[in-house]
Amino acid sequence: MNVPAKPATITSGGVIGFFRNPMVARLGWAISGLGILAALWLVFGYYIEQNPDTRTFSKFGLIPTLKAFPELLEIGKLQTAVAVSMHRLSEGLLIAVIVGIPLGILVGRKKRFRELTNSPFQFIRMVSPLSWMPIVVYVFSEWHGSIVFLLAIAAVWPVMFSTAAGLAKVDPAWFMVARNLGARPMHMLTRIIIPAITFDILSGLRLALGVAWIVLIPAEYLGVTTGLGYSIQDSRETLSYDHLTAIVVTIGVIGYTLDTLLVVLIRRFSWHRG
Amino acid sequence: MSIRGTEIKIEGLTHRYNAKSPLTFNKIDLVSPPGEVLAIIGRSGCGKSTLLHILAGVLKPTEGKALLNGESVESPSPRWVMMFQAPHLFPWMTVRENVGVGLTFARWSKNEIKKRVDEAIELVELKPHVDSNVQDLSGGQQQRVALARSLVMEPELLLLDEPFSALDAFTRASLQKDVRAIAKRLGFNIVFVTHDIDEAIIMADRAVIMAGSPGNIVHKLDVDLPDPRERQDPSVQELRSRLMTTFEQAAYSKEEAPAAASGQ
Ligand SMILES: Nc1ncnc2c1ncn2[C@@H]1O[C@H](COP(=O)(O)OP(=O)(O)OP(=O)(O)O)[C@@H](O)[C@H]1O
Ligand SMILES: [Mg+2]
Repeated sequence: MNVPAKPATITSGGVIGFFRNPMVARLGWAISGLGILAALWLVFGYYIEQNPDTRTFSKFGLIPTLKAFPELLEIGKLQTAVAVSMHRLSEGLLIAVIVGIPLGILVGRKKRFRELTNSPFQFIRMVSPLSWMPIVVYVFSEWHGSIVFLLAIAAVWPVMFSTAAGLAKVDPAWFMVARNLGARPMHMLTRIIIPAITFDILSGLRLALGVAWIVLIPAEYLGVTTGLGYSIQDSRETLSYDHLTAIVVTIGVIGYTLDTLLVVLIRRFSWHRG
Repeated sequence: MSIRGTEIKIEGLTHRYNAKSPLTFNKIDLVSPPGEVLAIIGRSGCGKSTLLHILAGVLKPTEGKALLNGESVESPSPRWVMMFQAPHLFPWMTVRENVGVGLTFARWSKNEIKKRVDEAIELVELKPHVDSNVQDLSGGQQQRVALARSLVMEPELLLLDEPFSALDAFTRASLQKDVRAIAKRLGFNIVFVTHDIDEAIIMADRAVIMAGSPGNIVHKLDVDLPDPRERQDPSVQELRSRLMTTFEQAAYSKEEAPAAASGQ
């Protein structure tokens, strides 16, 4: 993809040229930022260790946290929790996509539908997904389904709204040209609309992922006995603070990785210039 | 690649946009033989684009008929393809994909598409750019892609609405000659709308002047010049001033009469 190694960098000298490479530079900044975060954490851990009043919480520090990882992996706790949470996340997002894209296309293409649905959608969107919990549990009568529903209802809005916004930017002339060249309604959808707005759909999915990942953890605090959210609760109750922070770190790493993955996909499918 | 033209027959064509609006034009009659390149010129708002859209099948006439080889135009078809002022290429497709898109709608086989697309791209001289992103092409090159995308359908009739007006003078001049040459080589009909009298003379076999409100064809002029036509040729110059005079007379004698009087 990006091959920024121009002859100029070679002539301007090995080491300096290497650090002038924009990709290397960006990675350098990212690592430095994370390094500062780790250092702050280390210092923080050191002080709660030193202070007799807070010593009980010393396992929150960086070193105990890092030591907790092998333990958690060995008993398989971390893998199971990640697998269960990811399963819920993907089901929730899948539903959000299946519902959100067609709704977004309707909203974007049909003025009447947009005018009719805008207020109710904005209204429902502003209700915190977690506030549905009691009703949802009643309806689904089991926890997995309830959590997936909460994720779906949190994630559907960004998918829907960015699909609609993408469609609004679609040049109507493309439809005219396509019709002129013999496109049937099916072609309009698969050859024009979808490729034209893949970028917007993925951008919506990226936002949806962020929201769903944030909603997932508190949703798992309630009722269920599996998943990352539950593991945090469990570690707190058993006073295994090092496990707790290790899970928090895992949540961050997974969220960050998934987000980066989507950024890569968005770049790949973006035809927008500039 | 060789394309057969079509006989265009317009009979009593009348149009209004809706019940409240005035007639756009009233009872237009016109015949254009197979293979003719026909220019429509006229003041802004006299209904040129509307006429073209009816020929393309994207608008319906209020009365009268547009016939191609005796068959009434009812809807868009790859047999009569319209090209617009802007290229409107699909930016997520390469040059090759843009040119072939109409053939994929018609479910041609991959090999067949490749063969035809290669021919069309050759015709518009874009071979070095087949795999380029269309957003990286110049305005003139993009309009060439749009032309190839229309030609690849081997239409009997190509409809052009001020196709080159967004381009610089040099690009415009070379495309005008190319399009005429391609049409003459392959034998299809062209009907094009233009504001540019030079364009009409360089490209057309015949020019018709539309004027009035409701609009109608007020004058027809054969452009009987040998190819290739150069702007600075005396014969081109002579015809140009004749067309210009006719155009002004036609315009004054019709709707512009009061305005012309007050201007004197
Ligand atoms: N969608 C529409 N609804 C109502 N009236 C319209 C519509 N489109 C065009 N008209 C009117 O119809 C008349 C003819 O329009 P048309 O676009 O055919 O003119 P034109 O000759 O192509 O003009 P130009 O040279 O400026 O492109 C104009 O008076 C215009 O105002
Ligand atoms: Mg027009």
